[in-house]
Amino acid sequence: MQTSLTVNGQTREVDHDARQTLLDTLRDGLGLTGTKKGCDHGQCGACTVLLNGERVNSCLCLTAMHDGDEVTTIEGIGTPETLNALQKAFVESDGYQCGYCTPGQIMSATALFEEVKKGAPSYVSADLEAPTFDDAEIAERMSGNLCRCSAYPMIREAIAMSREVK
Amino acid sequence: MKDFTMDEAQPRLLDQTGMGIIGKPLPRRDGKLKVSGTAPYAADTPHPARMAHGVLVRATIPRGRVAGFDRAGIADIDGVIEIVTDARLSRNPTQGMAGEATVQPGDEVHYHGQPIALVVAETFEAARDAAQRLTVRYETTDPGGVSPDKPKDTEIADPETAGDFDAAWGAAEVKVDLEFTTPSHVSAAMEPHAALAEWDGDRVTLKGSQQMLRFNRNELADSLGIDPSKVRILSPYIGGGFGSKLGIGPEAVAACVAAEKLGRPVRVVMPRQTVFDSVLRRSETRQRVRFGATRDGRITAISHDDTVSNLDGESFAEPTTQASQFLYGADGLSFTQTVARISATPAGSVRAPGEAVGMLAFEAALDELADKLGMDPVDLRLKNLPEKNPMTGQPYSARRLADCLTEGAAAFGWADRGAPGSRREGDWLIGMGVASAARSNMLVKSASRVRLHGAHAVVETDMTDIGTGSYTILGQIAAEMLGLPVDAVEVRLGDTDLPGASGSGGSFGASSAGSSTFLAAKEIRERIAEKLGCAADDLTLNDGIARGGNIEKPLAELVDTEIVAEASIEGGKTAESHFSAGFGAHFAEVAVNEWTGEVRVRRMLGVMAMGRILNEKTARSQAIGGMVWGLGSALTEDMQMDRRDGHVVTRDLANYHVASHLDVPSDMVVTFLEERDDMANPIQSKGIGELGISGAGAAIFNAIAHATGARLHDYPATPDKVIAALEARG
Ligand code: FES
Ligand code: FES
Repeated sequence: MQTSLTVNGQTREVDHDARQTLLDTLRDGLGLTGTKKGCDHGQCGACTVLLNGERVNSCLCLTAMHDGDEVTTIEGIGTPETLNALQKAFVESDGYQCGYCTPGQIMSATALFEEVKKGAPSYVSADLEAPTFDDAEIAERMSGNLCRCSAYPMIREAIAMSREVK
Repeated sequence: MKDFTMDEAQPRLLDQTGMGIIGKPLPRRDGKLKVSGTAPYAADTPHPARMAHGVLVRATIPRGRVAGFDRAGIADIDGVIEIVTDARLSRNPTQGMAGEATVQPGDEVHYHGQPIALVVAETFEAARDAAQRLTVRYETTDPGGVSPDKPKDTEIADPETAGDFDAAWGAAEVKVDLEFTTPSHVSAAMEPHAALAEWDGDRVTLKGSQQMLRFNRNELADSLGIDPSKVRILSPYIGGGFGSKLGIGPEAVAACVAAEKLGRPVRVVMPRQTVFDSVLRRSETRQRVRFGATRDGRITAISHDDTVSNLDGESFAEPTTQASQFLYGADGLSFTQTVARISATPAGSVRAPGEAVGMLAFEAALDELADKLGMDPVDLRLKNLPEKNPMTGQPYSARRLADCLTEGAAAFGWADRGAPGSRREGDWLIGMGVASAARSNMLVKSASRVRLHGAHAVVETDMTDIGTGSYTILGQIAAEMLGLPVDAVEVRLGDTDLPGASGSGGSFGASSAGSSTFLAAKEIRERIAEKLGCAADDLTLNDGIARGGNIEKPLAELVDTEIVAEASIEGGKTAESHFSAGFGAHFAEVAVNEWTGEVRVRRMLGVMAMGRILNEKTARSQAIGGMVWGLGSALTEDMQMDRRDGHVVTRDLANYHVASHLDVPSDMVVTFLEERDDMANPIQSKGIGELGISGAGAAIFNAIAHATGARLHDYPATPDKVIAALEARG
């Protein structure tokens, strides 16, 4: 079947199996393999992309349900030559080891900045009206992104560091 | 090719070269690719023309035979090409460094979850659908025993001993005799196993996710019944391994077989559940630890016996007591292992096989001895460090364990920890714990090639980078040796067409492949010295300039035709004469909720001495990664198998709990003590990736005991067990 998506600012018409997830459309259909598959069940966060500006697990999205939607993937964030501040901070802090969870961590953190800015509280927010931006908040809000290499402290250092740059 | 055997201590050349690149916390050279999603992992390979998708079908009985498939049941699924079964398909991944095929069961089923066929289809969706819906007809047989508490068979090894344990135990003034259990664990690398196979005539190329290419090539060739020269494996990027990708897995063999049968490329990616079902797990353990001591705290008797399990036909047995055999001295030591045979997912190497679970029990038991003696646990450890390896009598090559313990205690504020159960913050009980860290060190045969042309060098080896930093450190070693900036060195890895390295496993990768790269670069230095007309010892190479005698020349001029050198290294006499291991000390502070039993780790410190550090940044990441695994084994990781049919119950990441961001404090500190291990290899380094986990979980367990005054013996310390221990304490 046919679905029209705007991916990283470009309109893409995709011809796909009705059972296909957004993750597999991106990877197999469009060759955007920066988004990773770690579990295919919404349990690891490796497949995180922005859907109309909000983060989602793309393995839990059926492509057929997203006609006309806007998707941003890691490829739309910065290439090796044009890394953004967050990507650079990951390199600087060694916020990865194998790198497999990294695109998901970066996409998740990208959305996290916006969520805190909008005042969306989390389970660790002391003040539900005005969440702060500290390590506990980052940790809670990033807990949907597993990293078996366990670069967690360095990932959070990178997120905090890039926020300071902003 | 220059072949080198490590027969005696080597000069510390890397301390004399002038670039100062070794040890520097340089960012990874593959970093930009990883943060932009452009590092190509196996399943990211652009699809070759006519590529088909394969999904493995699992057995749902513990033992028996596949009698047939109900093809009619999936006839309505468009695009299904074939249900591939074949005598060459493998039962599970080969064990690390096997170098040959594992059991190829044909139509037999040996455990619940075993891959029994590959459904191949035009699309991934069709293959997945068909694999899930396919009805399999079985003839079942009695599995004999699927659970370690009711095995079909047990094999008890002869005790390994030194001195007279029974006499020492009998005479001991103070004793502890404790039983611990640890559950099964899985590697759970974030990248599921993936393979893309493509034949060209009688040659096959596998794009796979593999840790040890030199071995994997032979394993794949043997599985397929072809000559290794017909097999090429490419694994430039690997999304984590931790032991799970040491051997060739069923996905790789099935992809090759299907691609050959269908005459088109086939890609097979394991669903996460298949990774749990059929990739080698770490065995659960039941451990009995006995310490006997004099009243003033000298340990006189040590015994550590363990029971682990595995599927029949698998020779691997978790070496649970590895570190217990060389950490502390006693008059008598005794170690006995029992292997229970069960029809269930086979066991193999998971990060730090042996130490990772053995030390959970051993170091927690030692803490209980300290309690009984009324001694500080740091002091008890310091008092019992032996002169020599107590089992073999070998001197230690380099061991700064005492410094790690004392410097760690000072940095962590150990002196202020107070009596057990004495610190409280509201509902939270606060405690500190310590454990030694130890992991035996190895050198594995490895080869590298270095090319130098002008002021540009290339390192080539089939070594892999599984997140360990191989690309970066091998580049640093070559740059340091050749007097080049790191950017002037290119590093090519992960291709069996390149010289065969050790591969990544057992923490020996950096030291082994690093040494062969060092030796190849050293050979190039000698050739440069010849060209310059000076002795190799007089040569200095700095910032692209060669100096020797009274001559000075830029490499760009001097090396006008390419110099190529290949070198290999293997272990030799120093491995006999000396005992090499990494050592350290873990400290942890926890908060335990008195009512809910929840345990929060507040901070951890690891002080480690592991020979020369090649890159302080990647080394630190490896060490912290290990410590977080220790946290996982202490608090959350628990692979459960059904007692009726052995099937893995916790077969996804929602049910098997690896640590997540919120579990891990930001206050995770690692300090490396300066050390050179002259007996280990010519670059004086030791393994890092596994020392971080070895003992870390025990430090957390000991901290829980210190916080609450209650002792647990069954890992992990989940809230139900903590509450029970608190209630038992009263
Ligand atoms: S692949 Fe989507 S959450 Fe794991
Ligand atoms: S970097 Fe390997 S899983 Fe996160």
